[in-house]
Amino acid sequence: MTDLAGPVGGRAKTSFINDPKVRSIGLQLIALVVVVFLGWSFAENARDNLAAQKIATGFGFLDNTSGFGINQTLIPYSETSTYGRAFFVGLLNTILVAVVGIILATIIGFLVGIGRLSKNFVVRTISTVYVEVLRNLPPLFQILFWYLAVLSAMPSPRQSISLFGEVFISNRGIILPRPLFGEGAGIVVWAIGLAVLLVILFRHWSASRQEETGRRLPVLWINLGLLIGLPLVAMIVTGFPISFETPELKGFNFVGGVQVIPEFVALTVALATYTAAFIAENVRSGIQSVSHGQSEAAHSLGLRNGQTLRLVIIPQAMRVIIPPLTSQYLNLTKNSSLAVGIGYPDLVAVFAGTALNQTGQAIEIIAITMGVYLLLSIITATIMNAYNRRVALVER
Amino acid sequence: MLRFRMPSAACELPFLSLVPLALAADTSAPIRMKKAAIMKRLLSTFALAGAMGLCAFGAQAATKLEQVKSKGFVQCGVSQGLPGFSNPNDKGEWSGLDVEFCRAVAAAIFGDPTKVKFTPLSAKDRFTALQSGDIDVLSRNTTWTITRDTSLGLNFTGVTYYDGQGFMIRKDKKVNSALELSGASVCTQTGTTTEQNLADFFRANNMTYEVIAFATNDEVVKAYDAGRCDVLTTDRSGLAGERLKLTNPDDHIVLPEIISKEPLGPVVAHGDDQWFDIVKWVLNAQLIAEELGVTSQNVDEQVKSATNPEIKRLVGTEGKYGEGLGLGNDWGYLIIKNVGNYGEMYDRTVGPDTPLKLSRGLNALWNKGGIQYGMPIR
Ligand SMILES: N[C@@H](CCC(=O)N[C@@H](CS)C(=O)NCC(=O)O)C(=O)O
Repeated sequence: MTDLAGPVGGRAKTSFINDPKVRSIGLQLIALVVVVFLGWSFAENARDNLAAQKIATGFGFLDNTSGFGINQTLIPYSETSTYGRAFFVGLLNTILVAVVGIILATIIGFLVGIGRLSKNFVVRTISTVYVEVLRNLPPLFQILFWYLAVLSAMPSPRQSISLFGEVFISNRGIILPRPLFGEGAGIVVWAIGLAVLLVILFRHWSASRQEETGRRLPVLWINLGLLIGLPLVAMIVTGFPISFETPELKGFNFVGGVQVIPEFVALTVALATYTAAFIAENVRSGIQSVSHGQSEAAHSLGLRNGQTLRLVIIPQAMRVIIPPLTSQYLNLTKNSSLAVGIGYPDLVAVFAGTALNQTGQAIEIIAITMGVYLLLSIITATIMNAYNRRVALVER
Repeated sequence: MLRFRMPSAACELPFLSLVPLALAADTSAPIRMKKAAIMKRLLSTFALAGAMGLCAFGAQAATKLEQVKSKGFVQCGVSQGLPGFSNPNDKGEWSGLDVEFCRAVAAAIFGDPTKVKFTPLSAKDRFTALQSGDIDVLSRNTTWTITRDTSLGLNFTGVTYYDGQGFMIRKDKKVNSALELSGASVCTQTGTTTEQNLADFFRANNMTYEVIAFATNDEVVKAYDAGRCDVLTTDRSGLAGERLKLTNPDDHIVLPEIISKEPLGPVVAHGDDQWFDIVKWVLNAQLIAEELGVTSQNVDEQVKSATNPEIKRLVGTEGKYGEGLGLGNDWGYLIIKNVGNYGEMYDRTVGPDTPLKLSRGLNALWNKGGIQYGMPIR
């Protein structure tokens, strides 16, 4: 008989040090301890040395009065506000450029990307030239072009181009009438919100109805009716509480109205058109990745070209488009820090620029700023990944 | 706690601090320069964080003077181009009042005014460059303020130019006083005292304004030229310099109001009193020389035949005043011989016979109606 004393089916009895699981956890723990210790020592050293050189440290400065002005503030801000508030003003300005830029870049990018595959020679050539030119010029150059070239071509406020006497375009930017909310305006705002909600619900409902019965409703018209009708009724009922303040030229500048500063326009347009060139390429390769059989099948079902593209090709292409699209969105957000070049008050210009210089707390401010960009990137990536999971191919 | 006791050379983190310098040298194209400037700021912040995080201070063995002597030149931070103060001329050589001051420091140490290298810095990058040790002296039309002197780890060594902030505007706007500027758009540069003075002035006078702040001077001037703003504001000496960059300098006037005090002077980092003394006394020597009538032309003569003990102490023929500074006793002579006295320096760079046409005003000597006053060498 053979000796059966050895373990059967179980693991060889070895010292736990040799257990790969224990080992890997152990090593990771050691690495973590070392990293934390190094980081901590680094921070301690830095603090002591900064103190020895009498360089101010800490985050107390965030509560101090900033004492400088900012020309685009989405939240109330004045020279007597704190550095902390200046930080949020800068952050919101960065987010504004990023969001508007991303929307514009996506629209232009899809149009151009589809255009590159157009059967129409002119459309195809224009799209190709667009991509090749914009993709290959440095973004800062494009921003400066949009700013200085377009700015010098604009008239002074006194000679500004006026649209219907309500909107004024000059080298001070675009001045729009400002909506003034009178009594009952809240109801109108609610009506707009309600209309949007109804539109979304109605789209869902009509889509599922179409799946069931195959009948299509005139969704577009009904939705338009909802969007315009509901607020209009609310306006009439409340006696037109929303009026518009027309900007007026007084002294050097327009008084009243809302000013869209040229720095914002230049930065957003430059970043959107630049990023759109990359998105167009993503869209093109995405569409090309969908097998030709798909459009043939769609055509043979009687779908028209536009429908084929919208209902069959793009949804499948999205799986290929989304991941690189995400990195383009991240690029746009990060490139928005080129704003300093043209004096747009973004986070880098306001906080890592003016505030840093006034307080001299370079390490703290750069750390906060880098943290914010990291956070913005993570948020964007998370949203896009969630969307990606939704459109990803679900194997049946 | 872990202390990284490193040899002082390692504390200098030469590899880190060389990167920004290498980038700064790359000024071939404006676009590349801008990128480099952004990178440079980040890198110098990292260098600062690195230097602060890795080195135990006090472990420093070599003094600044020894370091400067062993590398063979003074690294001097200047502007990216402000006529009259620090500006590369057609031949690519740096010129201006701030530049000449750095040459004077080099002359005092090496007897050779060319032993200096210049690092062009934007307003916002200048202090970080000094704190991280990238430069030895900052001589870049920098205003002496309490925040800068006390919480940035810096020391101001004196005042090379007494100035104040002013406004420049197009003549055809027909404005004669800064008090008529309510509602105006104002262009300025970030990282300057200018931004806060501007806010104070308009607030104090109950006026509204729109500020557009640019990172570099070039853009300020371009935006103003393109009509983005009605007014350009900075130090009045700066206005005189920037005006020369405009398409039609004569279409613009500087308004009479002076809204702040801007004493501009050289700066050094905390932590080396000897170096602080050297930079401080270079300027004093230049002021004393002017007061005593010692010029680059006659200084050799004075060495041979001066009888005035004050002059003899200045040029080093009496007493041993260089010793306290760690320099040769002829340090004063070397400054005057190679660069000249304060008045000579002023006249060559910003004075009435230069394109800037700035009269001495406050910067005349104390006994000639101004407030420039050299501390006694004795
Ligand atoms: N003296 C002020 C302003 C200094 C300053 O940066 N002035 C600007 C405008 S005159 C300048 O020198 N720009 C030249 C450059 O950035 O290269 C300060 O120290 O903050």
